[in-house]
Order: sequence, then structure tokens, then C-alpha cells
Amino acid sequence: MIEFRGVGHRYGERVVLSEVDLCLEQRRVAFVGANGSGKSTLARMVNGLVHPTEGSVSVDGLDPVRNGRAVRKRVGFVFTNPDSQIVMPTPEEDVAFSLRGKGISKDERERKARELLSAYGLGGHLEHPAHQLSGGQKQLLALCAMLVREPDVLVCDEPTTLLDLRNKRRFVELLGSLEQQVLLVTHDLDLLGGFDRVVVIDGGRVVADDTPEPALRYYRKLAE
Amino acid sequence: MTPLGLYEPGASPLHRAGAGWKLLGILALAIAAFVLRDPLWLGVLAAVAVLGYPIARIPSRRCLQSARTFGVLVVVVFALQWLLLGLDGAIVVGLRLVTALAAANLYTLTTRIVDVIGSVERGLGPLRRIGLRPERLGLLVGLTVQAVGTLAGIAGEVREAAKARDAGWSATAFAVPFLVRTLRHADELGEALAARGEGER
Repeated sequence: MIEFRGVGHRYGERVVLSEVDLCLEQRRVAFVGANGSGKSTLARMVNGLVHPTEGSVSVDGLDPVRNGRAVRKRVGFVFTNPDSQIVMPTPEEDVAFSLRGKGISKDERERKARELLSAYGLGGHLEHPAHQLSGGQKQLLALCAMLVREPDVLVCDEPTTLLDLRNKRRFVELLGSLEQQVLLVTHDLDLLGGFDRVVVIDGGRVVADDTPEPALRYYRKLAE
Repeated sequence: MTPLGLYEPGASPLHRAGAGWKLLGILALAIAAFVLRDPLWLGVLAAVAVLGYPIARIPSRRCLQSARTFGVLVVVVFALQWLLLGLDGAIVVGLRLVTALAAANLYTLTTRIVDVIGSVERGLGPLRRIGLRPERLGLLVGLTVQAVGTLAGIAGEVREAAKARDAGWSATAFAVPFLVRTLRHADELGEALAARGEGER
């Protein structure tokens, strides 16, 4: 369970988030809001990439600020731009890289990487240059690099922004099939059909928090 | 530069050799090059390093690319040394430089980044007792090697963007976006590593 208690965040004088109180238990939760609304900052707090300047966050009772290592074992993070997330030259090396420090041999790391990539349709690209894959394949690779760590929660920060419509739909279908709890940050409202809960953020505050239909109705009205 | 960074995929004996052994080989070659002073022996060392390229079956395109890059440096250093130390001194320094550059470049061309990281981690493993973190040092070395390819890619894109605006020769049109993108890349890489739990062991 993920909890935000009185969470606020400032960059200098600029208030990015204020008074956020949320308790996220549902399997599929989406954060929607305009650019600069604070939704990405909120998502980054879940695995400690950003620390709250007020209040606290907890993931299964752990504070991402004080227990960063333990929290990041539970929470995977997929960024908007997969190119920023790919660290190694080939998909196989990149996914295997995620398993460093897990106490398993290099051969075992590479075997797991190959298995996972094949399961997600990238088996034919194991040794291709990762940065030359298509946008959809790169985002899939970024997802595999996180899934191989077997997290309980997956936070995805606008992962479909750089994808075409077909890849977008495939990626969201894939997210829907995962057993992990998924927190999706997006402004693509068409992709939230299967979600349990939608949190609307505006000006750093939670302005609506409901099932998709009423929450999105509110958001559309807000955007008009 | 290939899309795989500096690495040139292959199955030659040099590609198959252990990264740690190759690193020791380079060290031995570099030490020998700096201990020896006889141009004849230095010439032999340089020839050994250069001979590694056909053995590793590095394509001529990559060889020429490397020769162009390092050739400029060798020529400049050689000319300066000739002016300062005379011809004999310049030949000695020039041959040492060719040996070191050719060997180091051959290492990066024939060794995958993960193997570089692994060999540094294994090699520095005993230093864990005095508080060093081999995993971090291995990652640091690996990412440094990888960064050469990444920065070259960013530089190429920035140069193209400057040309598109008819500012191909403007230092500002190159330096400002290059610096901004490099810093942003460093920032994003840091976040990506943190998200994968790196730096926490």
C-alpha cells in the first residue's frame, strides 16, 4: 500500500505540490493533469527519486527517503524517454544489468534477461544496438529492465508520450496484463479504460479522485 | 563509432579473451613502452599493438576512423616533441603514444562494456577489505567508456542541428546545446541508475 500524508514539494520558491493525502491500494491507479501540474513529481516520490519537502510518503510502511534501497526493490520506475533509461549497449546486457548486486552469476543474469526479452517479443533483438530499436521496442525494453527485478509496484511516468497510437495501445494493454500494482502518470485519457482509480492533479493539488468516468469528466471540464 | 558505442562485435581470439587478461596485457605493453628507450624495441611494441587489429578482424572502416582520430594527436605531439627534444626524442615519444593508444583502443573495440565492468569488479575485489567498493568502481569505469559513445552521438546531433540553422561553424551554436544536453543526459542517467537500485550497495 502506498500512502501520501500531507505531502508537499517546492523547487525554491515554486510550490509544485501541496497537501496531498492519498492512500493507494487499487491495482491500477492513474494520475492525470496538465503539464507542470505536479503529477510526475508525485510519482517520483514513490521510489524516492524526489523527496517531499513537507509530509511523508510510505510504501508498505517504508519511507522512500530513509529506506530508499528497500523501497526501490519493491518499486520499479519507467521513464517517459526510454533512451534515458537504457544504460547498456544491447537489450540483453541492459536487462541483465538490472540484476547486478542480486547475488546471481553473470550467466544466470543473461539467461533471465534473454527469457524475459523473448517473452515480451524482443527475442530477435537481444544483441542489436538498443538505441536503434523502434520507439515501441525501446519502451518495451525499459519495461523489461524493470520487470526483471520483480517489483511489486510499477510506476510509469508518461511512458506512451513518444509512442505512436498502435504502440501506445499495445503498451497500455501490456500494463493491464501485469500482476504488479501499476501507477500510471499520463495525459492520454483514452488509455485509462481498465483503470480502477484516477487521481486528477491541478496546480499541485489533488482536485478529483474517483473511478475513471467521473474523474475524467471532471478533468475534461477543468481543461475547457 | 558504432551504435554499440566503441565495441565492434566479433568472434576473434581477442574478442573471446577474458577482459581482465586483456587489461593486464595492455598494462604490460604500456609499462614496457615507458621503460624501454630504444626506438627499435619501441617500434616492435607499436607493431605488436597495431597487429592486434587484423587479428581481431576489425573492419578497415573502423581502423581508418581510429587512425584519423588518433593520427592528429600523434602528429601534434610528435611535432611538439621534435621542437622541444629533437628528432630522436620525438620518435621515442611518438612510438610510445602509438603503442598506448592502439592497445587501449583495441581493448575497447573488442570488449563489451559488461565485461569491462565485470573485470574491474573482479580485479579490485580484494580492495574491498580496505573499504573500496569494487561494484561502484566497475560501474564508473564501464559508464566512462560508454560515455565516449554517448557524447559522440550527442555531438553529432548538435552539429547537425547547428548546420540545419546554417550555424555549422558557430562555437556557441555547438557548445551551448551540447553542454545542456550532456548535463541533462547525466541527470537522467543518474535517475535511471537510482531507479534500478544502483549506488545503494
